[in-house]
Amino acid sequence: MTGVRVAGVGLTHFGKHPERTGRDLFAEASAAAFADAGVDRSAVESLKYGNFMGELAEHQGHQGPLMAEAAGVDAPATRYESACASSGVAVREAVKDVRNGEADVVLVGGAERMNNLGTAGTTEALAIAADDLYEVRAGITFPGAYALMARAYFERYGGTREDLAAIAVKNHDNALPNEHAQFQREITVDEALDAPMIADPLGLYDACPITDGASAVVLVSDEYAEAHDLDAPVAVTGTGQGGDKMALQDREYLARTPAAEKAAEEAYADAGVEATDVATAEVHDCFTIAEVLALESLDFYAPGEGIGAAARGETTRDGDLPVNLSGGLKAKGHPVGATGTSQIAELTRLLRGDHPNSDAVDGEVGVAHNAGGTVASTTVHVLEVVA
Amino acid sequence: MSGDELVRDDGFDDFLDAVADGEGFYVECENGHGSLPPRRVCPHCGTTDLKEVPLPESGEVETHTTIHVASPEFADDVPYVTAVVDFGPVRLTGQLQDVDPDAVETGASVAPDVGSTETTGERILVFRPR
Ligand SMILES: [Zn+2]
Repeated sequence: MTGVRVAGVGLTHFGKHPERTGRDLFAEASAAAFADAGVDRSAVESLKYGNFMGELAEHQGHQGPLMAEAAGVDAPATRYESACASSGVAVREAVKDVRNGEADVVLVGGAERMNNLGTAGTTEALAIAADDLYEVRAGITFPGAYALMARAYFERYGGTREDLAAIAVKNHDNALPNEHAQFQREITVDEALDAPMIADPLGLYDACPITDGASAVVLVSDEYAEAHDLDAPVAVTGTGQGGDKMALQDREYLARTPAAEKAAEEAYADAGVEATDVATAEVHDCFTIAEVLALESLDFYAPGEGIGAAARGETTRDGDLPVNLSGGLKAKGHPVGATGTSQIAELTRLLRGDHPNSDAVDGEVGVAHNAGGTVASTTVHVLEVVA
Repeated sequence: MSGDELVRDDGFDDFLDAVADGEGFYVECENGHGSLPPRRVCPHCGTTDLKEVPLPESGEVETHTTIHVASPEFADDVPYVTAVVDFGPVRLTGQLQDVDPDAVETGASVAPDVGSTETTGERILVFRPR
């Protein structure tokens, strides 16, 4: 079984680009990834592409071949849809293909266009990641579902809105030097606490923004990297995926995310690493509480212990385990289908040393955690510097 | 989505009909796992031997939130309280009505009912204080 190298990564600016189509965004991200990789488009053997709400936002299904065209790739192309974990799943499938010898060069990416729907339209579109019969029909929104989990967490383990605000402040601070981030501005705990409620206890600053953007990575086999003398020091050494019941009401836990626990366990075992080996993590903080659940699922903290991590300075840029150095979904932005590959792109830059926040990384192992819906599906990937 | 002409979601709409008649039920497998219809297998253990069991008259609010930003179908309903309510072997998700949003507490005892949204008139599962 061959190893899988990240040959190159590409990102658009994440933000409000309501006038730009998904295909235009992906064309930009994929071009950047090819340029970074030093790999020619003609070498690509398949495209794995993540997208969630294309039918609603752009009246566009069947986006695989469309995005192959946009990227200038003549290869079989498949869209993966797993809500907010869409491109995380695409990465996992690409890793499997390279390991299995199915392909030496795979383009993986994702894009989402959201701002053209407006806030109400986006709220409606995102809600379809929940169970239609049992949750959406009752008026559950995406923030609403996470609010139910946040309150369940507070009731079970304790924690305050101040603890959550510290996470938002941290991730905004991390986004400051990131040219791809939607919000390159500081916020304070007081601003976060004073912001309007979306679904209590979650306010506006506990939520990721509505974001347009695309991301792409070129994955290659060890043999291909060697034969073509590619500068590709980072490898994907572990992959894992977990699932849970779709509706919160059918879950064993409302304040834990077993789908992510399972994905992490699998990815760590696959890579032969432990949580204590990890130097930095990009986790799925679509809401501040989601970062807490991620930290605990990734075994950085026991259940109930992760809530104060940012407030205590442990996961900040100068802490022992900096988390979401990109700014996370919270400040970098969350173009749903682009998020999983953007985490791989950011981690690769962080580990290679060419990210504006690379100085904060003390070690050679990074982890990406990409969650779908209210964590009914999750992928975890381990990245390591191997050369 | 509203109006009588729409296609029913068989199974789930039967469930709502039953709750509206005060004869709510859930689906139970031979291992005691509860879930809501429609089901052909138990989502918890995969067994296919399922039977309808009466829903308890009251449940406890396990978690709740007041939603201030809604999708267009609930635009006129905000703010509204949604809750996950524990009925023992089964949990239900619905709107908590006839309550002051600021006074909602976990652990509160509520009864299931069928109500409607202010925005579209669509019927929904609701809970009312007991
Ligand atoms: Zn069962």
